[in-house]
Amino acid sequence: MVDNNLLFQYLLRLGDDQQILSQRLSEWCGHAPTLEEDLALANIALDLLGQARSLYTYAGEVEGAGRDEDQLAFLRYENEYTNALIVERPNGDFAHTITRQLFYSVYMDLHWNALLSSKDETVRAIAAKAVKEVDYHVRHAAEWVIRLGQGTEESHQRMVEALEEFAIYTGELFEMDDLAQQMFKAGVGVDLTLLRPEWEQQIAAVLGEAGLRMPEVNWMQTGGRSGEHTEHLGHLLCELQYMQRAYPGMTW
Amino acid sequence: MVSAMAEVRSLDHEAIRRQVWEAAAAVPDPEIPVVTVADLGILREVRVEPDGTPVALVTPTYSGCPATRMIEEEVLAAIQLAGFPQARVETVLSPPWTTDWLSAEGREKLRAYGIAPPQTGSNSKRALFGKTSVACPHCGSAETERVSEFGSTPCKALYRCLSCREPFDYFKCL
Ligand SMILES: [Zn+2]
Repeated sequence: MVDNNLLFQYLLRLGDDQQILSQRLSEWCGHAPTLEEDLALANIALDLLGQARSLYTYAGEVEGAGRDEDQLAFLRYENEYTNALIVERPNGDFAHTITRQLFYSVYMDLHWNALLSSKDETVRAIAAKAVKEVDYHVRHAAEWVIRLGQGTEESHQRMVEALEEFAIYTGELFEMDDLAQQMFKAGVGVDLTLLRPEWEQQIAAVLGEAGLRMPEVNWMQTGGRSGEHTEHLGHLLCELQYMQRAYPGMTW
Repeated sequence: MVSAMAEVRSLDHEAIRRQVWEAAAAVPDPEIPVVTVADLGILREVRVEPDGTPVALVTPTYSGCPATRMIEEEVLAAIQLAGFPQARVETVLSPPWTTDWLSAEGREKLRAYGIAPPQTGSNSKRALFGKTSVACPHCGSAETERVSEFGSTPCKALYRCLSCREPFDYFKCL
């Protein structure tokens, strides 16, 4: 029997990762380098938002306190979000955004695939939809990383800098804290440490083709899973939550 | 006597199910109105509850497809208009929607509308990774190239024909 409170926390965590990255990617709307990229990043953001909605809706049902997806998405405080720090980092330049997309999409592709054998039927159903969407995200990011890595001296240099910046945020994605352990034991979640070798291999393959390599990292930044965030999340939430805070209960 | 009654009731329910299906199936997709929700495979099933309440099951294409809510509302309105005010529409996520569920008729309607229909066998990585060629919906040429895998709606990709030089949408595999 799965503890409902733990399952609730677990679903929120998964939902927060998707929602916060969705919000970040939406910031590119109208600012991307080309029209096609504007559409691509907005579409990826939309996929992530849809996945977050499914997770929040289910989280609300599990919690049983009458909170719906909107209340969970818009009416929590900063320390109640447990997304990984990598998704709340500012977008930076296009190379930064694409680097994060590669790191994160490959991670979620492996994660959703592993969740296809979750004992929780709804988690399985959400994963089965998401995994097909994330395939497109992985390919989009990988193609750009190769293009930028092999592009001009400047695009290559920007990729090097972006890899430096985001590498220290990748360790947190595979952390097995108490909640992750318990959900793994209950058969709902997965052992994230098992995904890491495959992740490293796939990232190395793309970077190799791009003429880039993963920087050496001997220290990983962490904190998001316990609600300790960078200064950037608060600003993101101000914009994200504005309408619900200004007009409580507002609907379309 | 009892079994005869049950038979009558189940026949009634079958008639309801069929009428509700026909009403729901005719609802056009809000983004590509030449195809219906039945053509797209979004309308999964119609069930009739023991008390006679019809329930239509619909499934979203992409997790974040903004048309999902509108489709649900329009399907419900169509069923109610057909004489079933108590009907409900429910969303199901599993099994996940795939472009393989597009009907042959739906594919032809897409092509005639100028959207290249998806390759079949979309669950295979080969189709997903764009290794198959997409024929131009305008001139039929197989000499086409992908511009972007993301287009004006979640289900479309942007292509260009190298023969007639026309750009076109491709209903991409999922
Ligand atoms: Zn053509």
